[in-house]
Amino acid sequence: MISFPIIRVITKIIIPYILLFALYVQFHGDFGPGGGFQAGVIFASAFILYGLVFGLPAIKRVAPVKVVEKLIALGLLIYAGTGVATMLIPKSGDGGTQLQCKFLDYEALNHSIEWLGPLSGQHLGIFLVELGVGITVTAVMTMVFYAFAGREPVKG
Amino acid sequence: MIDFVSQLPILMIVLPLVTAPICVLLGGRQLTYILALIVAWCVFAISLACLIQVNQSGPIHYEIGNWKPPYGIEYVVDALSGFVLMFVSFLGAIVLTYGKASIDKEIPHSKHYLFYATYLLCMTGLMGMCITGDLFNVFVFLEISSLSSYALISLGKSRRAPLAALQYLILGTIGATFLLIGIGLLYQMTGTLNMADIAGRLDVENGGRTLLVAFAFMTIGLFIKMAVFPLHTWLPNAYTYAPSVVTAFIAATATKISVYAFIRLIYGIFTPDFAFNTQPLDSALLAMSLIGIFIASAAAIYQSDVKRLLAYSSIGQIGYMLLGIGLVSVGGLAGGIVHMFNHALIKGGLFMAIGCFALRIGSVKLDDLRGAGKTMPWTSLAFTIGGLGLIGVPLTAGFISKWMLLTSSFEAGRPQVAAMMLVSSLLAVVYVWKVVETLYFADPSDAAAKAKEAPMSMLVPLYVVIAATVVFGVWTDWSAGLAQQAAEFLFTGAKQ
Repeated sequence: MISFPIIRVITKIIIPYILLFALYVQFHGDFGPGGGFQAGVIFASAFILYGLVFGLPAIKRVAPVKVVEKLIALGLLIYAGTGVATMLIPKSGDGGTQLQCKFLDYEALNHSIEWLGPLSGQHLGIFLVELGVGITVTAVMTMVFYAFAGREPVKG
Repeated sequence: MIDFVSQLPILMIVLPLVTAPICVLLGGRQLTYILALIVAWCVFAISLACLIQVNQSGPIHYEIGNWKPPYGIEYVVDALSGFVLMFVSFLGAIVLTYGKASIDKEIPHSKHYLFYATYLLCMTGLMGMCITGDLFNVFVFLEISSLSSYALISLGKSRRAPLAALQYLILGTIGATFLLIGIGLLYQMTGTLNMADIAGRLDVENGGRTLLVAFAFMTIGLFIKMAVFPLHTWLPNAYTYAPSVVTAFIAATATKISVYAFIRLIYGIFTPDFAFNTQPLDSALLAMSLIGIFIASAAAIYQSDVKRLLAYSSIGQIGYMLLGIGLVSVGGLAGGIVHMFNHALIKGGLFMAIGCFALRIGSVKLDDLRGAGKTMPWTSLAFTIGGLGLIGVPLTAGFISKWMLLTSSFEAGRPQVAAMMLVSSLLAVVYVWKVVETLYFADPSDAAAKAKEAPMSMLVPLYVVIAATVVFGVWTDWSAGLAQQAAEFLFTGAKQ
């Protein structure tokens, strides 16, 4: 489709807006509709559009298969790592006691950044978890596109 | 500092879940193997610690994210789930220990780190289904374990492996969807997803049609996942074409977890009174399992591929577990639960032996295995002992569970069931003998005559499992004893 100038130009114009919208959905997801999954799909759709218009080799230069594969794992690791982090950081209980937190208990993330307010832990926790989801979903969607687009035509 | 003791239930799930992406990030073959191996054994150690803790001080509850149930997800380790977690993690770890040489041969080296990651994810899913006390979480973990097992099966060397995986994927997805429909209906009736909370709120006497439909959907969904006789069609191909290590792991664990979920469903949610008195599930179970045992065992006799033969035998053996549930007594249920454990060991051991043959001979067709008993005596001996366990010969684990099922079917006043169980064991004798005869008494095939004995790294774990089938055939404190406790726990819990 690279030979159609209109498609080429329009694609190049709208891709930044798609990416920006994805980031908006991602980071505003804590307060409004949206979140990691939706943002990830939108973000990946920018890659897929680029791949459809400029071809598979071009998109693979932007997002190499190896990197995309590692990103899938990285997203999951951020999510689960947040949970592990909450287990490693004790939360302060009554009278300065240190309490063991449970997996994904966001209150553990509270006291380290007090200036963010009383619910800072909740905010940071969901932010990290959604970031993990977003990264994984973006990478998986791109990978699915690669898997279908990269298939050799069946002979005979 | 982290207080490990209070976090054990979640570590059992999180450890393999975190290690899987780390394996992908690291890449490489040796490092990821060692990492996966260490984690698998750690998980086994944790599950053992949990089981001991449960035996001493009762069920462990763990609230994720400190959200109180029924609002949050709760993990529960009790007598039954602790027992199942223990043997699933044991088989996961021992199969991985055994598998290095087999994985090196059967799976492309560039995909090894992905294989280990997927293996750990599969383990996470199976353990998660077992430990969770949240009904929707059961579905999530079911999907994690199913998706990863489809991927694992499709790694098989044969070109039919992806097809077998697709076949499993389609049926498995139907099964999971049915389960989800059932969960949705239960949620609609009770407004909660926590199993204990659902059980408290569900009015099983006046549930009406919605309850019945939910019950039917969930039962059929799980029947597909555990490959009960008329819904078993995905299983023979999946087991036959998967890599040997995957077959050993999945055959030993996956279907048992679905049986476990089924037991939970009946005793934890719908109550046995509804399932067996209001609904005729007990007669249905007895009929289906007996027909399944006979047809699957008869089909096993006619197979020329040993993996496929054992796959059909697995379908038959699931029948014995359901038979135990269908007898509706503490003894029967305990027999069914202990058969889950014993069959996991026996089938795991048998498929591990088959993996050794596949490594050295390159095929598991009966024709190619002719005379392998001379060149691979240790592997053949292991297969023979495992086969005896499958038949249920005294002094093997298989005998214990069949004995418990027999006595409880007499107690339940169903001597005809007992008689049919005995006859079906004869079918097992036929198909096991067929393989043993080929191994020991046939003229060696070309491939078998040239074969060497399997490497020590595979034989030692193989013999650990095979020895376990003999040990648990004699010493039953940790198998039948724990199963008895679990069954009593379920029955008293159900009456309250």
